[in-house]
Amino acid sequence: MELSQREAWTVIHGMVLGALFLLSFAGGLAGLYSLRPELITTTGIQERLPRLRIGTWLMAIIAWLTVLTGTWIVYPWYRASAPTSPRSLLLANPAKAEWHTFGMEWKEHVAWFAPIIATAVAFVVIYYGAQLAREHGLRRASLALFVIAFAAAGVAGIFGAFINKMAPIT
Amino acid sequence: MTTIATKPPVSEREFPQAVSALDLGKKNGPPLAALLAAGIGAAALGLFTTLAQAHSGFKALMDLDKNFGLNKGVGPLSGKTIYAVAIWIVVWAIAAYVMRGKNYRVQPFLVATFVLIGIGLVGTFPIFFENFPVLQK
Repeated sequence: MELSQREAWTVIHGMVLGALFLLSFAGGLAGLYSLRPELITTTGIQERLPRLRIGTWLMAIIAWLTVLTGTWIVYPWYRASAPTSPRSLLLANPAKAEWHTFGMEWKEHVAWFAPIIATAVAFVVIYYGAQLAREHGLRRASLALFVIAFAAAGVAGIFGAFINKMAPIT
Repeated sequence: MTTIATKPPVSEREFPQAVSALDLGKKNGPPLAALLAAGIGAAALGLFTTLAQAHSGFKALMDLDKNFGLNKGVGPLSGKTIYAVAIWIVVWAIAAYVMRGKNYRVQPFLVATFVLIGIGLVGTFPIFFENFPVLQK
């Protein structure tokens, strides 16, 4: 039951931060969605706000930690020029090359949308607070952007899991 | 048989009055600036990704990891992301300053934000940037 240093970082990057990301997204999404006139009272708004603030900021912070560890720690091991690196192994096998040429190429870029967009949404939530319940357009836009940020991270996460299955970092 | 009638705690009509106590009168300039800046940052990332694929000189320029002597092995992704984040932060700071304390029509800003994010998503999609015309090999 041992993990190498590289395996440990892939676990932190993909599983630990990934699980926290999912949790924070769920909290933020529920908070943003339910900040609606037909669902809540003023007391309800105030009760939801701390959860909404925590959910959105946690998601933004975790998204930053995920892309930074992914880009600056895990990714260099993946793309090393050695013939045994995951990238080299995938490209050497025509049946698996697309995991790099499409999967990794998409993942490494699209993931960066998540922290940028999530930070903007978190700012909107912090800035407006309870008033966000009255700002219908901005609340709906924030909700849509929050989902886009999650989808971007989801694409990156799913491809990351599959690529690590095809050619693990060890 | 018991019938339970469910009623929303506050109707759409009653809502503005119900939450008026929560209206702090904050202007929408700062949040719109944040969203617009995120859109511009996302579009910048898409633009850099496509240009790096199409132009070898631009790709070399994006390799900040190598150009700054860090040699971590990140390659051109280092520059694409650092420059995009830098643009996002600078634009956000400028827009927040210009738009502070003011109210704007929301829709044009939201449309611009989503269009810019769309441009970014297209620019970072491999089928798009790998088929983009090569400007310099």
